[in-house]
Amino acid sequence: MKPVLLWSDALFFLLIATVIVGAVWVRGQEHLRRGWGRVSKNPAGRWAAWVLAFFFAIGFLDSLHYRERLPDSQPGQASQYSIEVLSALDAVLMPLKIHTEKTYSSPLSDRLYAKETLEDGSRGFPLLKHQGSHGFGTDKVGQDVLYLSLKSIRTALLIGTLTTLIMLPAAIFLGILAGYAGGWVDDVIQYLYTTLNSIPGVLLIAASVLMMQVVIDTHPGWFATAAERADARLLALCAILGVTSWTGLCRLLRGETLKLREMDYVQAALAFGVSRWAIMSRHILPNVMHIVIIAVVMDFSGLVLAEAVLSYVGIGVDPSTISFGSMINTARMELAREPMIWWSLASAFFFMFVLVLCANLFADAVRDAFDPHTQQATSRI
Amino acid sequence: MFTYILRRLLYAVPILLGVNLLTFVLFFVVNSPDDMARMQLGVKRVTTEAIEKWKVERGYDKPLFWNTQVAGLPQATETLFFQKSARMFTFDFGRADDGRDIAREILGRMGPSLAVALPVFVLGLMVAVSFALILVYFRASAIDFVGVVLCVAMMSISGLFYIIGGQWLVSKVWHLVPISGFGDGVDAVKFVVLPIVIGIIGGIGASTRWYRTIFLEESVRDYVRTARAKGLSERLVLFRHILRNAMIPILTGVVVVIPTLFMGSLLIESFFGIPGLGSYTIDAINAQDFAVVRAMVFIGSCLYIVGLLMTDISYTVADPRVRLQ
Repeated sequence: MKPVLLWSDALFFLLIATVIVGAVWVRGQEHLRRGWGRVSKNPAGRWAAWVLAFFFAIGFLDSLHYRERLPDSQPGQASQYSIEVLSALDAVLMPLKIHTEKTYSSPLSDRLYAKETLEDGSRGFPLLKHQGSHGFGTDKVGQDVLYLSLKSIRTALLIGTLTTLIMLPAAIFLGILAGYAGGWVDDVIQYLYTTLNSIPGVLLIAASVLMMQVVIDTHPGWFATAAERADARLLALCAILGVTSWTGLCRLLRGETLKLREMDYVQAALAFGVSRWAIMSRHILPNVMHIVIIAVVMDFSGLVLAEAVLSYVGIGVDPSTISFGSMINTARMELAREPMIWWSLASAFFFMFVLVLCANLFADAVRDAFDPHTQQATSRI
Repeated sequence: MFTYILRRLLYAVPILLGVNLLTFVLFFVVNSPDDMARMQLGVKRVTTEAIEKWKVERGYDKPLFWNTQVAGLPQATETLFFQKSARMFTFDFGRADDGRDIAREILGRMGPSLAVALPVFVLGLMVAVSFALILVYFRASAIDFVGVVLCVAMMSISGLFYIIGGQWLVSKVWHLVPISGFGDGVDAVKFVVLPIVIGIIGGIGASTRWYRTIFLEESVRDYVRTARAKGLSERLVLFRHILRNAMIPILTGVVVVIPTLFMGSLLIESFFGIPGLGSYTIDAINAQDFAVVRAMVFIGSCLYIVGLLMTDISYTVADPRVRLQ
């Protein structure tokens, strides 16, 4: 087998590396370490963090991609590899992936959900090919619903984290610069984010995604496999979501920098002749990090929910990418069927609910721990 | 006040120009009209004549910014930028791919959009503020705790779930209202009731929690302590003091949304078949009708700027200390 590194995998690993490096850095920063200490004392936050870690482990497994070696390649020749890109998660879940049925089957059932002519000539519900392996049922084309739900987790995590990762440098840099430099620099940056902000988010995303689709469709030669094309589309979606969502954080950072600029320690650094860039990176950046941390965890859940909506509207991930949005989109007419089919929708909504709920609880714990404002308010009550 | 409004309106011009330029770059520079024609006509087996014909039909056969083929003023006007983007400032959006006039279509569709969006906004605001006041009244008790947990749980459910589940339960199982559609006058009521209720329920978790935070922040202020110290009942303190002083942060988040109510809701309108601007936008996105998407982007940003201005003015109404100059 041959390992494959998709762009999103690389970024996902980079993200994990950033988190690890960040954790080491935080250990040296007294005020941030105390904040995380408070998060770990919050029981809801701690439980949510464990569940999120489990989700991230699944996403990590699903990011280790490889291409299987084709069995018929001759020993002497260069080996041939399958066009299908698999992941370590696929390898673990192989029984679920390959045990497909003909069509719908309800959870834990041993029969198909559609009548057909049986071997003895009567009409009835035939037995499944793989009885007992579909705890969550199968969808219209017979794929296991549990497998689809687990595969969706990676897409949701990528959308929730890469978007922030992409927009973070720009938001931090421009926000602090606008607040510290003032004058025309401030005016230009403010103009930039007011303009971006004034376009309704969905429409800007729709316009950009439509345009990106034209670019991808007119350059089919760029991508070797379907997985690469879907991956490029996922990344582009993250970038577009990032462009539309960096403005909020940028404005917050600008406001906070305006306040910090007048602080005594900044004035003292200025008097000692510390350069402006050093003041911004050494004195202001560490003191706005709590805002960045809060923004990152707060945005996550919203982005996961947005993915489902965007995929439903048709401006989300590539149709071949397994995601909660595409699962819901393909299953949305199933409740109207007679008899109705509920398990695909239920499974997608359930996994999404657990993920977003944990993200929300974790975000609350983080905000309570890092926001000096809430600390003051709770200590006064 | 008048000069303030005038100055703010002038300030909007560069923003709208920026929006215009951005959409222009997105729609015409990132992809040439040739690419779009090829996309619309199908990538394979497309002739240059067919592309030219498609472009001429839609007026996409002009240069981007500067026309060297003609002399005088038309050098600037006979261009894509002037014809397609600058003309939007006069609210002239041209025709959609199906030949209909976009401006007229938008005017006609605002009504149905408002019929859903306005009740969702007003009732949703009232319900969320009342719930938040109840939670604050019972703060730090079991009711407050359960309420907050419910809010977080409701926030974590996808909006699609409320719509799909609501349609299934109310329309399919209980047969109370039709699943989708729209009618004229009073007839419309039975079509919009369910979308309105679902719209309110979908937003209730996040907004109740948000208002609760605002009220809690107010409730530890000194004037509240004074009001309690002089013996006012908790209900009076809540309604007469906390609610009124919390108006400023509430207005900041709420007023800016009012003009954009015209745009309708993408999801609800498309699920319930309401012929408003939201479903118009979705149809345009699915049909890749770039002219309509461009027009909606422009209108959306105009409405947002109006919303910002209204927010500022509303401050003077809510807080007599604020003076605009």
